[in-house]
Amino acid sequence: MLEQSPKLIHAFGALAELGQEVANKNNFQETIRTSLHLLSGALGIMRGGVARYSRYGRELNMLAVRGLGDDFPLSLSVCIEDERQFLMNGLNAIDAHAARVLPFFQVYAASFDRRRIELFVPLIIRDEIVGGLFLGEKATGEPYSSYEKEIICAMGRHIGVAISQRNLLAEIERHSEENRRLFDDLRRTYADTVKAFATAIDCKDKYTEGHSVRVGKYTELIATELEWSPEQIEGAATAGYLHDVGKLTVERKIINAPYRINAKESAELNKHPTVGFEILQAIHHPFTDVPLAAKYHHERLDGRGYPDGLYDREIPYIAKVVNLADSFDAMTTDRPYKARRPAIDVVDDMRRNAGKQFAPELVVAFLRGVLRELKSETKDRRFRRLLGREYMEAEGLMPAISDALNELEPTSSLTYIATRSS
Amino acid sequence: MTENLSFDTVPTAEPASGPTPAIVIAGDYLNKLTGEKIERECKDKIDAGAREIVVDFSQTDIINSIGISILLGVIDNAQMAGAKVVFSDLKPESAELFDMLGLTKHVTIQ
Ligand SMILES: [Fe+2]
Repeated sequence: MLEQSPKLIHAFGALAELGQEVANKNNFQETIRTSLHLLSGALGIMRGGVARYSRYGRELNMLAVRGLGDDFPLSLSVCIEDERQFLMNGLNAIDAHAARVLPFFQVYAASFDRRRIELFVPLIIRDEIVGGLFLGEKATGEPYSSYEKEIICAMGRHIGVAISQRNLLAEIERHSEENRRLFDDLRRTYADTVKAFATAIDCKDKYTEGHSVRVGKYTELIATELEWSPEQIEGAATAGYLHDVGKLTVERKIINAPYRINAKESAELNKHPTVGFEILQAIHHPFTDVPLAAKYHHERLDGRGYPDGLYDREIPYIAKVVNLADSFDAMTTDRPYKARRPAIDVVDDMRRNAGKQFAPELVVAFLRGVLRELKSETKDRRFRRLLGREYMEAEGLMPAISDALNELEPTSSLTYIATRSS
Repeated sequence: MTENLSFDTVPTAEPASGPTPAIVIAGDYLNKLTGEKIERECKDKIDAGAREIVVDFSQTDIINSIGISILLGVIDNAQMAGAKVVFSDLKPESAELFDMLGLTKHVTIQ
């Protein structure tokens, strides 16, 4: 044994390096290739291969090979009996000649003999076959000693763990991918349902056909202009689509009244935000603001809105966004009792009501969006599609918007400070 | 070299056959995965017709298991092509290791 000690030291050096290589979480392919080098070099093994086991296909697929030649199979099938025997054998070296009784060694006898495969080690980690080692003859030409087999198994355990870890990682990735797809499906279903709902709401109100859908789109445009995240934008759009859901319970003749409704009818209609809130509250939304948007979309900054007469900071932000979108659509579409207002009028209304009904920064965001489209700075023509080309090309609209923007938004914060201190 | 001359001149840099052996420097990157390029280099020389590969260890201090594995690959490739492998300028510790692991059985040490 004493003369064996330099050999042992050399092999243990390789084992230590292998342990480190596996722990380092480098590129998996490189780890396996390095592992095979370390194993071959530790004991002076001329040829070999490391395979990964596919449980589903019952095959050993080569991950790395050394000197096995082009004709050695890269994928070796394993039958149930082989699998059972390997599991019983555990992570121990199997003499390829002595194991000829097993179908696996019979089927591949020719390949093993040609490349002088002497040992096969099933890599079994936690009672599962994860791979296998194929080892050819040693450079000394001597048979493997029992301590060499032990070293092989110790290294094999490391390689097995590396493969097992890789399998787990792949499993996790697959699951998260599945989850993501499932989530996407749900999101799509939800979005479709929301749009279907919006259409249903709009159907009840024949004079304001498409109102909810347009408010959803304007809300989305404002959120985009505010540079919200994709999820927030989607949530804002949803809030817009569903803001009038409470109208589903309001009598059709009130909604469709071709005249200015009386006080009693008005009181009935004004219930729709609260009713909407109750309907939406009962549904589990991916976006928490949706019921709040329905409840407070008729509130005004100056406290003169309904149902609660909230003031500026008391109003949920999303409700302010929906309010602006809602009002904009009301002004820019024909109503039973009045025609749509000219674009310049609408801009003027928004400017005058900024700080009273509307949050000024939202008016700015909205107008900025319109202006950018008018100046062709945006690729899509979203306002144009919603409002019609003619309406958008009204004379003097661009300067009117610029003026409103200048008034609402000082050109820089420095100017703002200067104006304030003067 | 002019075009006319190159036509009938036997290239000397890469001996296709004959007594001049192909020399490969083992260097200090033998002990990593990068050492695989030495194996490739040797194989290329054999494929180009070299019948003798001399691996020069003058710039190699220590050889680890990866290095051994790569050298085993060099030996295996050479043997299959019927070529001879020579190790030159080997440090005594390396020679001892090679002896222990059986590499010396397959090569000539110079
Ligand atoms: Fe409303």
